[in-house]
Amino acid sequence: MSQTTVSTWEEFMEGVWRQNPVFVMVLGMCPVLAVTVSGINALSMGVATAFVLVCSCGLISLLRKMIPKEVRIATYIVIIATFVTVVDYVIQAVSLALYDALGAFIQLIVVNCIILGRAEAHASKTPPLPAMTNALGMGIGFTIGLLALGCVREILGAGTLFGVSLFGTGFQPWVVMVLPPGGFFVLGAWLLVFAAWERRKQRKFAAQGGGVQHV
Amino acid sequence: MSESVAQIFINALLANNFVLAMFLGLCPFLGVSGKLDTAFPMGVATTFVMLVASLCAYGLNVLLTTFQLEFLRLISYIVIIASAVQLVEMVLKKYSPALFRALGIYLPLITTNCAVLGVALFQTAREYDFLQSLTFAIGGGAGFTLALVLMASVRERLQLSAVPSVAQGTALSLMLAGILSLAFMGFAGLGG
Repeated sequence: MSQTTVSTWEEFMEGVWRQNPVFVMVLGMCPVLAVTVSGINALSMGVATAFVLVCSCGLISLLRKMIPKEVRIATYIVIIATFVTVVDYVIQAVSLALYDALGAFIQLIVVNCIILGRAEAHASKTPPLPAMTNALGMGIGFTIGLLALGCVREILGAGTLFGVSLFGTGFQPWVVMVLPPGGFFVLGAWLLVFAAWERRKQRKFAAQGGGVQHV
Repeated sequence: MSESVAQIFINALLANNFVLAMFLGLCPFLGVSGKLDTAFPMGVATTFVMLVASLCAYGLNVLLTTFQLEFLRLISYIVIIASAVQLVEMVLKKYSPALFRALGIYLPLITTNCAVLGVALFQTAREYDFLQSLTFAIGGGAGFTLALVLMASVRERLQLSAVPSVAQGTALSLMLAGILSLAFMGFAGLGG
């Protein structure tokens, strides 16, 4: 019993941390950079993507024995497009302001490589429950990545966080951060931070005289 | 819709460049931009798919609106794009096998290039007429090719320079893209 709980937990954490779609796999970059001008946009985009990811992975996993191998990609895309249409109409009904802010990028979730990648690499081979757990982990990892970008860009570029002013009126916003170049810069900086951190961990490991050193 | 055709073209090519200002099609932008030899054919192939997809999407949208089936728009666009890619693949295989081999796996991946779906979605959202859609697709494709070629040229030069080993790889490419994007912001307002 404990064996299964551990493996479920690992299934879940794979997407959240070890194989984080934004920082480790660098997949699905278009929405990551385009919608992260503010924390709230980032959060809603992450939740929308996570929903599509979990639903479509669950359905694909249920149907995995029925889908002929030759047309599997087309089938996955149609399933994903169905759920994206659902999300699209739900967001439109809940908040029109949010719908306008995210624009075409809600519909562009269809071509997000993470979802198709997960469907092909994982959901098509595993039973529904682990597939959905893994998808949920990936979705949360994706949301964390979006938030990390969205918050930094909103703080630097507008001086606010989730719409709340942080620095008072004296703050001169760093406008370029909410413009397109800022997206590239902030993501690049995050990747640098992670690379440097990884490097330090390896060096520490080597200094302790521990086994194989990565080249 | 008072935008002239020339304005749409300039906007899609420079001021609102698909890759550097609208963040569409970043996967091939970061993935295929290592070498100039593959970057240019990739750009041309994508432009062609965009053109075909845009034309089909325009006709399809008219059809869907007539029958009030707008909720099927996304699904039918995706199917159309996938078929267009298949078509390009078959044509290339027949008439230019060398290019077909050079592009390899990236050819079918055009299906999941958000720039292609982006063209179809944006032309619908902005209610472009037939000629405007056509211009938008060509301009967007040319802009995509331009960004890809620029990036590939910079990265080829960069292989000869000493870069701190921590910064190598995607982080460096992103910083480069940021600088390119900054340069393209100079075109803002050009299309009126």
